[in-house]
Amino acid sequence: MSVVEAPPTQSDTPEQSTRRSFGSFLRDNEIDTRMAGMIALLLVIWVGFHFLSGGTFLTPRNLWNLSVQTSTVGIMATGMVLVIVSRNIDLSVGSMVGVVGMVMAILQFEWLPPLMGLGNQWIWIITIVIGLALGALIGAFQGSIIAYAGVPSFIVTLGGLLVWRGFAWLTASGRTLAPMDATFQLLGGGSRGSLGETGSWVVGGVACIGIVALLVLGRRRRRKFGFRLRPMWLDVTLGVFGCAVVLGAVWVTNSYYLPESIAREVAEERGIPWPQGGLQIPLGIPYPVLILIGVTLVMGFIANRRRFGRNIYAIGGNPEAAELGGINTRRTIVKTFMTMGILVGVSAAVSIARLNAAVSGLGTLSELYVIAAAVIGGTSLSGGIGTIPGAILGALVMQSLQSGMVLLGVGAPMQDVVLGVVLVTAVAIDATFRRRTAR
Amino acid sequence: MTSEMTARAPLVELRNMSVSFGGVHAVNDVTVDLYPGEIVGIVGGNGAGKSTLIKTLSGAQRADSGQIFIDGEPVSINTPRDAKALGVETIYQTLALADNLDSPSNMFLGRELLTRWRTLDDSGMEDAARKVMTRLNPKFQNFKVPVASLSGGQRQGVAIARAVHFNARILIMDEPTAALGPAETEQVRGLMRRLQQEGIGIFLISHDIHDVFDLAGRISVMLQGKLVGTVNKDDVTMDEVLAMIIIGKLPEEVTKTELEQLHG
Repeated sequence: MSVVEAPPTQSDTPEQSTRRSFGSFLRDNEIDTRMAGMIALLLVIWVGFHFLSGGTFLTPRNLWNLSVQTSTVGIMATGMVLVIVSRNIDLSVGSMVGVVGMVMAILQFEWLPPLMGLGNQWIWIITIVIGLALGALIGAFQGSIIAYAGVPSFIVTLGGLLVWRGFAWLTASGRTLAPMDATFQLLGGGSRGSLGETGSWVVGGVACIGIVALLVLGRRRRRKFGFRLRPMWLDVTLGVFGCAVVLGAVWVTNSYYLPESIAREVAEERGIPWPQGGLQIPLGIPYPVLILIGVTLVMGFIANRRRFGRNIYAIGGNPEAAELGGINTRRTIVKTFMTMGILVGVSAAVSIARLNAAVSGLGTLSELYVIAAAVIGGTSLSGGIGTIPGAILGALVMQSLQSGMVLLGVGAPMQDVVLGVVLVTAVAIDATFRRRTAR
Repeated sequence: MTSEMTARAPLVELRNMSVSFGGVHAVNDVTVDLYPGEIVGIVGGNGAGKSTLIKTLSGAQRADSGQIFIDGEPVSINTPRDAKALGVETIYQTLALADNLDSPSNMFLGRELLTRWRTLDDSGMEDAARKVMTRLNPKFQNFKVPVASLSGGQRQGVAIARAVHFNARILIMDEPTAALGPAETEQVRGLMRRLQQEGIGIFLISHDIHDVFDLAGRISVMLQGKLVGTVNKDDVTMDEVLAMIIIGKLPEEVTKTELEQLHG
């Protein structure tokens, strides 16, 4: 991590040689220096805002809210990474959120209750399935035009931005639909939409076991083929660091308690007598964040461990080579946009659940936040380069800046100015960094 | 061409191939063939149609007419995948590497190894890459870096390793030494001879007539999309081949004055 903190551009030789050898040490051990730098940047932002805001940033309450606010953009950013890696772009995701969210709202608000009865447990499931299917359909449709008709994705999705926004209005004639189905609402987090204390510790424990298992299996596989192993101390450090982050995050979510009025209701439901000093019920991991984590794992798996993902990177690196290598590049592109569409569906579900309402303007401009998150997270617009965890960190950096500025009382116009500047600066630094490391 | 060779069906025959791009005949009724363990040079100036002709065999270009035979059997090759399934591997002039991926990923581009859970078997691919690459170039160690950061010779090595690993029966090499230094060129030549001894048939496309004379048994010359003719290397001089390339006349048609003018 200190590779990023190292004093910049000093050209005296001993300094450079130590830095280079440290860099190659990281590379040899397959540690992503860019990712380490992003984490360092995020910590700097957090600590900075904490002091500037007089100690209100790094509180369980703020971090809990920050994580929920990051999820809708983060979910879509994982898909945007693959779209951009394949040398395409999707400008239509914000409008797709609008139309898919609207359809999901109408389903649970107007269409399904008369058929199945209000409060039927199947309503939210059917709503989500149809929402994801609609997202997939729109994505596949746009992807087919891009792959088979040869229209540039910029144009297709720019058209989509207008078309789907238009449909979002037409679907409900501009009405606001509320409230959502009671179970469905939980997807948005809120006071009740969290895993609770025990559940959160279980998730944290499973995650730790997963981290350790991955490291152990990795070592075993490399040993089987006789490849060079990472030094043991490094693997142990990585494992301890990973588990500490996971358990620390769980501890933070468990340190944020239900507001008293809702805690009273919950106590009543569970038949717990209300004690004199009040009752502190931890919220735990919010459902939207749980969804984000799930999406990140699945997308990371697709990007790194599945042929589909590898093919996307190959297309981004050299479309001609991919074609000559026998990859069905067109079908891969369609599937990429379809994946993006499904993630739009997930994000739209979380959005309307969090708002507990659907409005025609839902998701407006979120395409820009999603693209910015991917790009700040190290995705290269020229294709071939980008990681899923990077995009999540990118989304977290942006959301941290925004929420930090809110805490400092910075007005919305100035927030936009800062975010815009940060976006361009991040890419400029990245470009310089890349030029320097590319032999 | 020995008589026992002609008695058998050729390994590959491209018969009466034609390809045109919007009225321009890039390849015009060309027939070439190749026997096992043979290197056939395909030469010609820029735009003679060499690469286009050979792309019909590698599946990168569809022919408008003509028929491809492998082991005497007519085959249909519409995509690179079809060609590979028939044992045709191609090393393109551009190498066709995805610069952002490492060498094992490039070797298995489009034909990735999978584990039994249908996930990518990266360790298996790295292992296979190490075996093939160290056979070609014992010093090569950079298996985990994007091929963008490899030298020209190493990149060439990755492209060749790909063909070797998948047990090519028919190898197409399009300008294999164009981007290489002298030592690396010699390495590639040695490799081609070794592959030839293993019974692989090689189409060698090259500008470099010395390369072709050094390696090929027969030479097919193209000019403006047409086949000027195919000659046995031992029966012709380099000047006679040059005359075929430049003025499109066979050795028996060309006059002494014309030959002298080539060097004018």
